[in-house]
Amino acid sequence: MTANADEITLAGVSKSYGHIRAVRDVDLTIGAGQTVAILGPNGAGKTTTIDMILGLNRPDAGSVAVFGVSPEDAVRAGMVGGVLQTGSLPAYLSVRELLELVASLYPDPLPVGAVLAAAGLAELAGRPTRALSGGQSQRVRFALALIANARLLVLDEPTTGLDAGSRHQFWDAMRGSARRGTTVLFATHYLEEADAFADRVVLMAQGRIVADGPATEIRARVRTSTIRATLPQVEADSLGLLPGVVSAERHGDSVELVCDDSDAVLRALLSRYPAMRDIEVRRAALEDVFLELTRDDAAEAAGVAGPVPGGAR
Amino acid sequence: MSSVTYVRFELLRTFRNRRFVIFSLAFPLALFLLATGPNRNQQIGGVAFALYFMVGMAAWGAMAAVLAGGAVIALERAGGWTRQIRITPLRTRVYFASKVIGSYALALTALVLLYIAGAAMGVRLPVGSWLRLTILLLIGLVPFVALGILLGHVLSADAVGPAIGGIAAAFALLGGVWGPLPATGVLHVIGQSLPSYWLVYAGRVSQGGGWWPVRAWPVLVAWTAVFGLLAVAAYRRDTGAA
Repeated sequence: MTANADEITLAGVSKSYGHIRAVRDVDLTIGAGQTVAILGPNGAGKTTTIDMILGLNRPDAGSVAVFGVSPEDAVRAGMVGGVLQTGSLPAYLSVRELLELVASLYPDPLPVGAVLAAAGLAELAGRPTRALSGGQSQRVRFALALIANARLLVLDEPTTGLDAGSRHQFWDAMRGSARRGTTVLFATHYLEEADAFADRVVLMAQGRIVADGPATEIRARVRTSTIRATLPQVEADSLGLLPGVVSAERHGDSVELVCDDSDAVLRALLSRYPAMRDIEVRRAALEDVFLELTRDDAAEAAGVAGPVPGGAR
Repeated sequence: MSSVTYVRFELLRTFRNRRFVIFSLAFPLALFLLATGPNRNQQIGGVAFALYFMVGMAAWGAMAAVLAGGAVIALERAGGWTRQIRITPLRTRVYFASKVIGSYALALTALVLLYIAGAAMGVRLPVGSWLRLTILLLIGLVPFVALGILLGHVLSADAVGPAIGGIAAAFALLGGVWGPLPATGVLHVIGQSLPSYWLVYAGRVSQGGGWWPVRAWPVLVAWTAVFGLLAVAAYRRDTGAA
């Protein structure tokens, strides 16, 4: 095992449950201080991968090292904090008591008072965990992750059930942790969240990493953009002949052009049709990429030959 | 220090659980007072009615306490809390030790409450006998601690409550908590092979200044071993630990 004390390393990791191959031959290296989003549909292998990094699961093949040691040892040394997908918090404790309990388990926790404030829980400190709303419980989980003050923070769908305001608060706090050098690894369904908060997006589908890189780079994997504009009296067919246009459609007075080089198309359009207005250029959203890449993977899984795009590193 | 804090919070949680307190303390105490009040001068199973029922109800309450103390793990599993706690530095053995300590604290409270009620109903024993009784009861609970932890790993959160109630009642009934078993026959044989029988029997032997007869020990060891091994297997299956 190549154990780098500053990295989290998965090498050739596979895990099956019966005949379901949850994770297949995953290689992944995460440097200290990175914020990495694992993105993928249900059943993509996100939670299984995270569980192996946390030592909750052992790989059938391959190896996992967290800061140079086994996941179990990293957990035992208090290097790992996290929020897992959980149904309920333990009963018969107040919010403050629960935080004190978890803080007591870690070698270098943050002060309870500061964490209560950061998570917006100061008012709820004395409330029993049972008497919290869903959003409030989720904020408590987020406080539990913060208070550990661990080197690696693992968050499995951390903002499910949070309103927009709390979500912002959550990510502000996470950015603060990342600035202090914490490595943050989170699984999410929210594409915009991965886009906005992660240095790096690891896209999983059917147990494999299908793309890995900065969100911008991943988006660039699908090079298309869409230009929409109001441009009456020009044939869609003639627009379709412009270099850089993949397809052109007309809807009443407006046209919609799917381009693989929107900059060139836009220059050409503006010089030829100065009357063009209401121009709108939209880059492919991560969601589009996501759909496309996972579709590719489905095709590949169905027997279409071809290398897996991306891969690790 | 972390273990101490964790155990302290576990104790807090145990005693704040109203259902635990009602089933382990309030019910046995109320039933003892109701049953013994009118019969306090009677004899039953060769001992004073009050002593017999004091030990019986203490055994029942303590049994319920340790069963529930372990079975509560089912709720923590269902809620994902056991997974959450497994990614903290808390050692597995501290997690289980805190459950056992919490269970025993509640069980001991049940014993003390019933002793006080028993004394109020006229039970008089030498100090040595009270101590011997307590020691025997705490030892006799060990198989039920293991059973509680086993149930905590095999039952769903919904099933736990009824299961504990039913199992405690069955062990209590067949062990003679509700009244002496016949001195011979099938029930006698079944009774003697159950750990709950020896809990009740602790009342009789402690009064006479003795301990359990030798044949009690294999019964307790066997039940503890069976429940303990099954609990370990269930834990391993649940956590995927090798």
